[in-house]
Amino acid sequence: MKADNPVQQAVTWINDPLNWTNPGGIVDRLGEHLWISAAAVALGCLVAWPIGMWLGHAGRGGSVVVMISNLTLAIPTIALLTILPLTFLGFGKPPVIVALAVFAVPPLLANAYTGVRSIDPEARDAARGMGLSGWQVLARVELPLAVPYLAAGFRTASVQVVATAALASFVNGGGLGQIISAGFGLGISVGGGQILAGGVLVALLAILVEAILAVVERAVTPRPLRRARGRAARRAAAATGNA
Amino acid sequence: MSFRLALQESPGNPWFSWQYVRDNSDTILAALREHATLTAEAVLLATAVAVPLAVIAYWYRPLTGPILALSGILYTIPSLALLAFVAPYVGTTNPASVLIALVLYALLLIVRNSLAGLNQVPPEARDAAQGMGYGRWGLLLRIDLPLALPGIVTGLRLATVSTVALVTVGSLIGQGGLGNLILGGFNSNFYRAQILTGTVLCVGLALLLDLLLATAGRLLTPWSRRAAR
Repeated sequence: MKADNPVQQAVTWINDPLNWTNPGGIVDRLGEHLWISAAAVALGCLVAWPIGMWLGHAGRGGSVVVMISNLTLAIPTIALLTILPLTFLGFGKPPVIVALAVFAVPPLLANAYTGVRSIDPEARDAARGMGLSGWQVLARVELPLAVPYLAAGFRTASVQVVATAALASFVNGGGLGQIISAGFGLGISVGGGQILAGGVLVALLAILVEAILAVVERAVTPRPLRRARGRAARRAAAATGNA
Repeated sequence: MSFRLALQESPGNPWFSWQYVRDNSDTILAALREHATLTAEAVLLATAVAVPLAVIAYWYRPLTGPILALSGILYTIPSLALLAFVAPYVGTTNPASVLIALVLYALLLIVRNSLAGLNQVPPEARDAAQGMGYGRWGLLLRIDLPLALPGIVTGLRLATVSTVALVTVGSLIGQGGLGNLILGGFNSNFYRAQILTGTVLCVGLALLLDLLLATAGRLLTPWSRRAAR
């Protein structure tokens, strides 16, 4: 017996406990999705934060930051997902993680750069005047003051990675997108419900991550900075094209 | 995996081959045309929806928050999920499924940047125009929109570049333009030349369209040439 309406089919599919607990079911795929995304964001932070903060500290490379974000915007995710497994990275999870990390870099980099750049020069001068060296200024003054920006970049990058991780299914890389791809493989009359259910799961996950990290971002932003920060972040985001 | 070792040793799978490009020029051009058409349709449709939305948000301030929030949510939803929402209703082999998902995705970039452009119109210019007897529509068409053009063009450029990249997602249902080449190359024995040709054309198309829009924007706003950027 087959429900004719895709929404009914989706509800039926999602209410089947086996679809959750089977190998390759929702629980499995969710775990894969979160693990791939977390690894990609961590890798992106590892690369982008030091470079972004150093560029901001040195006051150079603003155009490089903009150029990198424009260039990555033009590269299709699927291109990297298909090219990287054919390089020395080999098949499996590593190429997927690297591909997603590439797309996490621009928001992380831009926010780290803007965060350090937008620090009141007087705070920096005062630190210099107290005899702090360049590294000490970076570590003790600029880093703490840039934390709200780093958090904003982290949120943007994480949401983007969680969203793009769904595309890993194109190269059989796992994650919740696999449910959608499998549904398309079955065809619309059989898999319609599964496609819709997978879409809802992926969308909910992205919105959930966005909401949680928005709370985190607010928590690490000192109260007096909250209003002004929101505006500055939107401006930085508009400049680099990342929401 | 054994086939991976075989691939790395095989000299017959180069990253680029003129032979491939020559032999498949018809397929490649067709894919490029499909890609460009989908992009153009998506960006035009998105503009036709987004600019009026931005104007509404500009005229009726209380609506600004809801409009930005709604397009923000649409933008947060992963492209694949959007495709999954649309495809069961529109059809899995229908290019319209991809088109609708692309339009929904491009909305935010255009709405946000157009609104930013409109908000930057100097109040003095509006006051002067009102003093000269411009009505609401005259003010919009002859003062606000022309002065907001830099913002609108920025939105169009971002939307175009990201749409070119996103079209490839449509390859899941065989409607992805150059994405079909990329994914097809991967699925047919990891054919590197096909994957890279598709990728290079895709990035090239994005950069070309970006350059065209930037030039058009400069030509349309001769007064802001100095202030731009």
